[in-house]
Amino acid sequence: MSTVATSSPTPAPAARIDTLWRTLLGNRIAWIGLILLAIVVLAAAFAPWIAPHDPIEQHIAYRLDPPSAQYWLGTDSYGRDVLSRLIYGARISLLVGFLAVLIAMVVGSSLGILAGYLGGWVDQLVMGLVDVLLSFPALLLGLMVAAMLGASLQNLVVAIAITEIAPFVRVARAPTIALKQRDFIEAGRALGFGPIRLMAVHILPNMVSEVIVLGSMWMATAIRTEASLSFIGLGVPPPIATWGGMIRDGFDNILDSWWLIVFPCLAILVTVLALNLLGDALRDALDPKLRGEKR
Amino acid sequence: MIRYTVKRLLLAIPTLLAMLTAVFVLVRLVPGDPAAAMLGDQASAQALAALRSQLGLDLPLRTQYVHFLTDVLSGNLGHSLANGQSVLREVAAVLPWTLQLTVAAILIGVGLGLPLGIWAALRRNAWPDYVTRVLSLAGLSFPAFVSGILMLLAFAIELDWFPVIGSTTSGNPWGQWRGLALPAFNLGLIMTGYVTRVTRSSMLGVLGEDYIRTARAKGLRPYQLIMRHALRNALIPILTVVGLYFGTLIGNSVLTEIVFNRPGIGKLILGALNSRDYTLLQGLMIVFAVCVIVVNLLTDLAYAWVDPRVKYK
Repeated sequence: MSTVATSSPTPAPAARIDTLWRTLLGNRIAWIGLILLAIVVLAAAFAPWIAPHDPIEQHIAYRLDPPSAQYWLGTDSYGRDVLSRLIYGARISLLVGFLAVLIAMVVGSSLGILAGYLGGWVDQLVMGLVDVLLSFPALLLGLMVAAMLGASLQNLVVAIAITEIAPFVRVARAPTIALKQRDFIEAGRALGFGPIRLMAVHILPNMVSEVIVLGSMWMATAIRTEASLSFIGLGVPPPIATWGGMIRDGFDNILDSWWLIVFPCLAILVTVLALNLLGDALRDALDPKLRGEKR
Repeated sequence: MIRYTVKRLLLAIPTLLAMLTAVFVLVRLVPGDPAAAMLGDQASAQALAALRSQLGLDLPLRTQYVHFLTDVLSGNLGHSLANGQSVLREVAAVLPWTLQLTVAAILIGVGLGLPLGIWAALRRNAWPDYVTRVLSLAGLSFPAFVSGILMLLAFAIELDWFPVIGSTTSGNPWGQWRGLALPAFNLGLIMTGYVTRVTRSSMLGVLGEDYIRTARAKGLRPYQLIMRHALRNALIPILTVVGLYFGTLIGNSVLTEIVFNRPGIGKLILGALNSRDYTLLQGLMIVFAVCVIVVNLLTDLAYAWVDPRVKYK
């Protein structure tokens, strides 16, 4: 039965992801992004072993110490080690960013495929939802949802995911409309495959690479949104270390304790830039107009 | 054009209604209810009941929904729970500050982004292209509050070129301009990154067209070729994308205002969050969503005006 799918003129999805991967590895900018991201991910994964101090333990005697041999990046107003908090903060940023994008990706592309395949009122309903989502400024929508639900890790993930569903609906819907008229889908239908099987097994794989590329770019935005909401005070509640929250706390002492602010700012920047570099390179790799071009 | 305008206007109505419904549902999602959240755990049952009936929370959900819709559609966005002022008046009081900031940012963003994008497209895969690509990507990677804080640290605190406290409501015009400079550049430079990228890719698309080759073969001077033939057609997608950027711009200006301690919508939102002023938050959300819907509408109309083919799709 599966010969129906493989005999279709579209290249097998596995081959496309393989091309994506190979083009990516041949791209210098992508490498920079990958290496930077790997550093952040490793720091987050091995935080308990890397962090020199406990991120929450307070040392009142060492309040607001500038960077020194003992505290490489200084201490905050509770005498907590900034470097250790930075390392642990990577966990929250990556976790929230990844989960939020994952939810937006799954929900968004399912809705998109459903809307594109079924058409009619389902399509109208889904696209109406997209219009509504797009009519709120993203940060404010996240802010409102987080404020209404209350500050917690799950609510933050949900709030950010909601702001990012729309682009995934769009990226999945358009190719579905084109694909459902193709012979291999027609053939599948003739063989008696149900719509769910057709959508999940024969349509979905054709857009996996596009969805992944979009995912890497929107994960950058999700991390930015998480940091912004934490800065406003709607992030994961203290004393858990988050980059946005560290900047918020350090903002009171901005006049004389620059280290409280500069290092978390750099951490956010490096992570978001790494994901953007990666996403950019991935998108170029996917774009047939740019493929095979020397960079 | 008139037919298209009317059609597009009519299409905005369901979006508007659905948006209002979404806001209504969202505010009802508050754990417990807004009255309990506002008054805290210590509130007496009487006080709770009083506030509930003041907010209309004791009515059946359907009645609440009808009241909400008729109020909003007749232009009544309710009153702030914190100080009793009408939401629209609260917004109107700070709006000029936010408008001043965003208009300045758009001028900077388009003023720098367009030429940079054109330059990058003309020197594709040479150093101007690389430099602008990396810089614009860096600009896009800055959350607005991070870049704002770093600018504040560098230019206001270390170098002392600008006042640390954004702008004062009173004071001489020079002081106000100086206060506007850093926040406006913060927002403007982020937007520059965005406009540069869009302009580059749009110009690259147009420069590959046959009519540009023809114009070049005809011996047209490069300046005329770019300004009259290429840029004009490249502007259409740029326009759309800049219109879509509006929502992000609002979010970024909120963060910028908070960092630079400037009066404006951002501080209004922060105050509403701190005092759990749900009617003000709900009103602000509606105001912003209406703004975005209107800007999208205008963008679509501008698009149709520039490119008549859109009308017949």
